[in-house]
Amino acid sequence: MSDQTHMHVEHDIAPGDEEQHSVGERIVGYVVGLVLALLLTATSFFIAGTDLVWQPSIPVALIVLAIAQMGVHLVFFLHITTGPDNTNNVLALAFGLLVVFLVVGGTVWIMGHLNQNMPPMDQIMQMRR
Amino acid sequence: MAMTATVGHAHADPHHIGFVVEHPGPAPKRTVTAYGFWVFLLSDIVMFSCFFAAYAVLVSQTADGPKGSEIFEQRNVAIETVCLLLSSFTCGMASIAADVRNRFWFYLGMAVTCVLGLIFLAIEFKEFADLVARGYGPSRSAFLTAFFSLVGCHGLHVSAGVLWLLTMMAQVFAKGFRADVLRRMMCFALFWHALDIIWVGVFSVVYLLGSGV
Repeated sequence: MSDQTHMHVEHDIAPGDEEQHSVGERIVGYVVGLVLALLLTATSFFIAGTDLVWQPSIPVALIVLAIAQMGVHLVFFLHITTGPDNTNNVLALAFGLLVVFLVVGGTVWIMGHLNQNMPPMDQIMQMRR
Repeated sequence: MAMTATVGHAHADPHHIGFVVEHPGPAPKRTVTAYGFWVFLLSDIVMFSCFFAAYAVLVSQTADGPKGSEIFEQRNVAIETVCLLLSSFTCGMASIAADVRNRFWFYLGMAVTCVLGLIFLAIEFKEFADLVARGYGPSRSAFLTAFFSLVGCHGLHVSAGVLWLLTMMAQVFAKGFRADVLRRMMCFALFWHALDIIWVGVFSVVYLLGSGV
């Protein structure tokens, strides 16, 4: 325990900053991120326009691919990782994601029910006939 | 004395992860600045999530106007996406060059980033102008209002990013790689990468999901 008292990393790392790496390693990191992002993008565009896969699975696949690509961007471009010096950045990200999930999920949920319970006037007229 | 040492120890390692810093003091300014900007970016993403939510609610309210599948052109969106992805990469190269204080690669990376950003903006502007010319402007239907506000808001961010990019090149030209200029460069790189993340959501949700509807 006592030999861990003074570690060489004394502070949290800034978002966007990496731990100490040589220039070559940093460039390789960006290249890997770019290749992964291009692959995921190409897959998204391919899946959206193809008849080869079961059609109802396409929206789910697109959303999964989008989330995966956002993760690739976060790790390889913004350098938000799970290291102990990155805790604050990840916590802020987690809170942001919570709010995003509440806003988008809550809106879609509530407005979907509103449309069901209070259909527009022309639909009500059709129901009465 | 022993008492204060214990208290200090508990305070330095509140979660007992064996990572103890006795007197850390204030973090370096680079960390503080970038963290504050990171919090701003997250709030910006929350704002975009409201536009996404509005779009998801209004996407079927076309008021007998065009549906998404009738006005979206996949080829243009693919070109825009590749432009933004490559510009994120060159922006990363420019920030590495700034960290090692290499002017040539910094200017080159930033210039390529700027050109790719401008290509993206030109394609998007042409798409908007075409839609308005065909009578499908933002006032045509609730769907088009939501579409123009979501995609246009991202486009405004990219425009602001291009202006910021040119400012950073001018500042490096005039002031060199000073600590404060490097901090601004770091914030700019975060901003540009975050815009790319939002564009991933835009092309997936608006263009690809919308073309199937």
